[in-house]
Amino acid sequence: MPLPGEQAMAAGQRAEGAVADVLAALGRATGRGIVVDSPPGAGKSALVVRAAADLATAGEPVMVVAQTNEQVDDLTDRLASNDPVLHIGRLSAQDYVTSPRIARHGQVTVSSKLASLTGCPVVLGTAAKWATVGDDVSWPWAIVDEAYQMRSDLLLRIAGRFERALFVGDPGQLDPFSTVETERWTGLTWDPMQSAVAVLLRHNPDIEVRTLPVSWRLPASAARVVAEAFYPFSGFEAGTGPGDRRMEFSARAFGSSPVDEAVEMAASSGWALYELPARHTLRTDGEAVSACAALASRVLRRGAATWSERAPSGAPVTADRIAIGTAHRDQARAIRSALGAMGLEGVAVDTANRLQGREFDVTIVLHPLSGRRDATAFHLEAGRLCVLTSRHRHACIVVARTGIPELLDAHPSTEPVHINVPAKFPDGWEANHAVMAHLAQWRVRAL
Amino acid sequence: MAGQSQFAITRGNAFEAQVKANGCAELLTLLREHLSLPIREASYDNLDEVGGNTSREVRHARTRRLLARAAQSGDDAGTLFDHPLLCLRVGGRPAYLEPDLIAFQLSGRFHVTEIKSFSVIDGQADGDKVAAAVIQSAVYVLAMRDLLAEMGIGPESVADQVVLVCPENFSNRPSAALLDVRKQMTVLRRQLSRLRRIDSLVDVLPPGLTFDLELDRAGVPRRLPAAVAGAVRSVDARYAPECLANCEMCFFCRDEAAGTTSALGRATRDDLGGIEHVATVLHLARGAGQPADDQAEVAQLLRTAARLRAECLGEAV
Amino acid sequence: MSTLVSLARAQAVDVGRAQPVATVRHVHLSGRPMMFVPLALAGEACAPLAAMVGDHPRAPQLLVVTQPRNRTQRFGFAAELADIVVPYIEGYLGDVEILPGSGRREPRTRCADAPQILMPNRAGVSFARLLGRSTRFRRAEGDYAVPATVPVLGRWLTFLAERAEYPGSCLMLAATDMLTMHWATGQSPVEDLNLAALLGWIDPPDGRTGPEAALAAEDPVRWPPAGPATDPTFDNEVLARLIAAGNQAAASGDDRAERRARVALEQALASQLAPTWRLLWRAADLLRGLPPGGHVAARWDADKDAVTWHAGQLRDGGPPQPRRDSAVTAARRLARLERVQAACAAQRAFDDPLVMAEHRLTGEAFAGEVVAVEPGRLDTSGRRAKLRPRVTVRTWDPVLVDEGAALISPARPRQDARVVSVANAADGQPAQVVLELAGGMGHGRTAPAGTIPEVGDFDCYATFSDGYQPPPAFPELEQTPWTHGGPPVPYQPVPYQPTDEEAQEEWS
Repeated sequence: MPLPGEQAMAAGQRAEGAVADVLAALGRATGRGIVVDSPPGAGKSALVVRAAADLATAGEPVMVVAQTNEQVDDLTDRLASNDPVLHIGRLSAQDYVTSPRIARHGQVTVSSKLASLTGCPVVLGTAAKWATVGDDVSWPWAIVDEAYQMRSDLLLRIAGRFERALFVGDPGQLDPFSTVETERWTGLTWDPMQSAVAVLLRHNPDIEVRTLPVSWRLPASAARVVAEAFYPFSGFEAGTGPGDRRMEFSARAFGSSPVDEAVEMAASSGWALYELPARHTLRTDGEAVSACAALASRVLRRGAATWSERAPSGAPVTADRIAIGTAHRDQARAIRSALGAMGLEGVAVDTANRLQGREFDVTIVLHPLSGRRDATAFHLEAGRLCVLTSRHRHACIVVARTGIPELLDAHPSTEPVHINVPAKFPDGWEANHAVMAHLAQWRVRAL
Repeated sequence: MAGQSQFAITRGNAFEAQVKANGCAELLTLLREHLSLPIREASYDNLDEVGGNTSREVRHARTRRLLARAAQSGDDAGTLFDHPLLCLRVGGRPAYLEPDLIAFQLSGRFHVTEIKSFSVIDGQADGDKVAAAVIQSAVYVLAMRDLLAEMGIGPESVADQVVLVCPENFSNRPSAALLDVRKQMTVLRRQLSRLRRIDSLVDVLPPGLTFDLELDRAGVPRRLPAAVAGAVRSVDARYAPECLANCEMCFFCRDEAAGTTSALGRATRDDLGGIEHVATVLHLARGAGQPADDQAEVAQLLRTAARLRAECLGEAV
Repeated sequence: MSTLVSLARAQAVDVGRAQPVATVRHVHLSGRPMMFVPLALAGEACAPLAAMVGDHPRAPQLLVVTQPRNRTQRFGFAAELADIVVPYIEGYLGDVEILPGSGRREPRTRCADAPQILMPNRAGVSFARLLGRSTRFRRAEGDYAVPATVPVLGRWLTFLAERAEYPGSCLMLAATDMLTMHWATGQSPVEDLNLAALLGWIDPPDGRTGPEAALAAEDPVRWPPAGPATDPTFDNEVLARLIAAGNQAAASGDDRAERRARVALEQALASQLAPTWRLLWRAADLLRGLPPGGHVAARWDADKDAVTWHAGQLRDGGPPQPRRDSAVTAARRLARLERVQAACAAQRAFDDPLVMAEHRLTGEAFAGEVVAVEPGRLDTSGRRAKLRPRVTVRTWDPVLVDEGAALISPARPRQDARVVSVANAADGQPAQVVLELAGGMGHGRTAPAGTIPEVGDFDCYATFSDGYQPPPAFPELEQTPWTHGGPPVPYQPVPYQPTDEEAQEEWS
């Protein structure tokens, strides 16, 4: 058992080494670029910021591409904080309202016209905005963030603007998709429905793929199981040791109920499986919805607080540090409704798609397979479960009805396989089994 | 499902025969050209010829000997092995796999090869058929690794990539593709580890249950059809429309499932909240009576749906 | 799949007959469609065996391949098929209408009407696609020559099968899809792929219930499969014998024996085709019984545009459609498919209250009674006063829209409606939504009658619309970026000359 902080130091060195390698490769500028696989909470944004700053310092103008406005703002904010002298351009849509955290940086120019941003060594914008810019301007370097969530056809619209690229993203999270169902392009190396990273690597096999080796977000209790289930070949380790973080309640439970048992187990071990009796239900299973709301409420009402390398003298778990994750929007709506009826505000409740990239102290997950009679490809998708179980810094409580492993056994995946399509790992069915097998040891039965 | 068309069978056999003719000459050309495998010559071993004695155990033993010898010899010349007999333990019992399999060895590694007669057109083939072929190949990879492991030979001796040989476009010329089976292998290993032993499955069935048809010496069943049907009915079936493409019992089970939402398909059943019987669905949709506690949400959804349909069709609810 | 359609299935089980899931027809039906029922030989990708084709119910033309594995005969089949289908299609190209220009658009001509080919099922459309693939690269001269009409047929079949992938396109339709868009049976979607069973539920013969008719339809002896796959028992017990007899007769050189064998084969194959042929015409008749939806004509116009364009390509001597899409073509097509799919879904909901009802159930739309209207309300917050009437709608539908959401009413698609407030249903009272309207009211100080709803109206609002979406900008083919493999190898110059390789590509 490593001493407190020891794990963090060793991990820190490994992570720093990996980042230094990437930045050095960037400086060498041979070949078309680099891809960096970043597991949850591995410091992706920090890498993007450092890389952009390095390139700018070296006199290479760089365009930064992110997928959502929030991501662009976050990177702009960090970049500006990192280097108060750097003149940064924020390319935006016409109806974009400058967020306060950008507005406070004097060195950031916001404009919907690229012409107004000439002279900025770094220009950031969403992929969608970059795709509509008409000007014939190009860059030697582009940094593309969340590249695994970007679709190939969107990359096609912007790739003419840059010679080389640093693609950064999390391969374990949700793939891009389309509502159009067709196999017309399956097997083509330029299939427009695959991810931007996939198409880049298929045409430029010399590009190196590196990995960031440490998750700074996931606690020691979670890193191993998430890595094994969702990142079977690259893996990663936690940036903190088992003793480096803890979560405690200031208020004792009144009597003992399954809800209390579950939150206590989660606080001490990092996981809990709150198990409801087996039943086939609608997606918006009333009991499961109430359970999710009740668990969130209990964490708050018992005054949970956490101690970690970020808050050595402790910090309260406030509502905004808790998230409840679901597979479907109607489930999220029902849970929000339940919280509203309890008078609870500020807890983030959303689908996996919308929780991607975000971080919390405690998460509660309504298992995608709970209450189902069968397992469809949507519900088995590894990326979904990966996002839901990798948002937390301290504890994750999964709410599910009994019978998921048996459901999985009865529904092996019947996904088609195509020629000339590189296999994508992990298999969702197998990942689901792995997670349930792990959760079995933290089971709390609801009455 | 009513048997296969002889045209399909003939075509399949002809294609396979063509690929394997002359010591697998066409296959070797394919492997050389399409897959850039550096095989200059190859020898061919038909593991089916065991000198008249064709018991499974003997064939399997010969397969083990020859494959192990090949693996240990470190010989770099490619060798093709036709009709090996493999064995896999499934549910506690040995299952013999008699695939029409050619495994060839190159640089000390075996590549499982499957010949199928569905076409690859402009680089694309039917995804379900390829999936079936890949799962099948993964089972062979697993069985071969088990076999070699018993002789202390490591799993890396059997490659993760299998070769799928299919007719190209609209012709009879073979084309080859490499497919990665690692995903299927992880699933298989998990499934096999969770598969209950046959004995314990049988224990769950009602005592005295038998599906014996009581054939007489002429092979004619003596047991009454009604009795057989009764026996089958005593075991729960989980019918889904997908059964229609796969199983000879499908019409029997579909009949049994009449009036259930399962008969309408999984998506339909899902849409109807997972309620089992059509009659219950309609009962709740009409708003008749009090729904049970756990049916309250479904009932509301169905009532709204029924109201909307009636409104649009100008009917009374 | 939606709960509304699934409930209709449950109702169909109860009643013993298919239930409507549409109140209007969402497909265009030509006055003179061509029915095409192909049969293929088992075991190969696209080995034509026989077909029944024609544009009149009492005049089917039977095509038969006596030696289905023979390459020359396959091309003979293609040539015969071409002689029927190509003139049918080209018959529509001569009659043009002139579309006046508008704004920046130049005036242009377009076929006044377009061909329509109906096939029994999606497998049939796939067969057409594969037949197009195996014939469009052939050439009419030199080695391996085929009749000149064959590559033309190939290109048209490929074009039609590709259009069939567009939601809302009606140039080539699968009857099973056409029917299930309008009726829900009491069987599963898998069983709905059987045209005879599907029609059994929708239109059972007198004295029979839907399920009885569907069960009878599953007997391949009385109802042969709609193809292109043949019934394996037919293959083994009838077809194999007849083909063998034909081969023998041909080898022996006995003309009379050959003719007899051919007649026997034709009769057997006709018996497999004729029932499906009749079903296709019945399917078309059933659909004609429904009035067309409001946007059907506009979608047919788009089909006419596509036919006009493709006819132009053929005239100009350009190359046949490539085997696979390039990177840019693929991306463009995906973008187009996504736009068309969204627009078509919105149009069907706007045209048909029963389709809109599916969206009302999921909360993407709601409908109810207008209980209050402020027609003269002005928004004076800006420099100039703007007319912004408000309406209050009371509805029992689940309301899931947020304040500020932008909605459209099918009754007034050019008018914007913004959600001002939502009072959710509670204590047995319906929900109330207050909306602010903009546009489509002229420039007066109050909204003229008819431009906004009135108290007592039943009105519907949806979160989606079929408004025009400009296509995204893609690089030119020559500018395909390095991430996608760079520019593709350029095509041969016009006019197109098939290569040796393409001409001799095997088909046997």
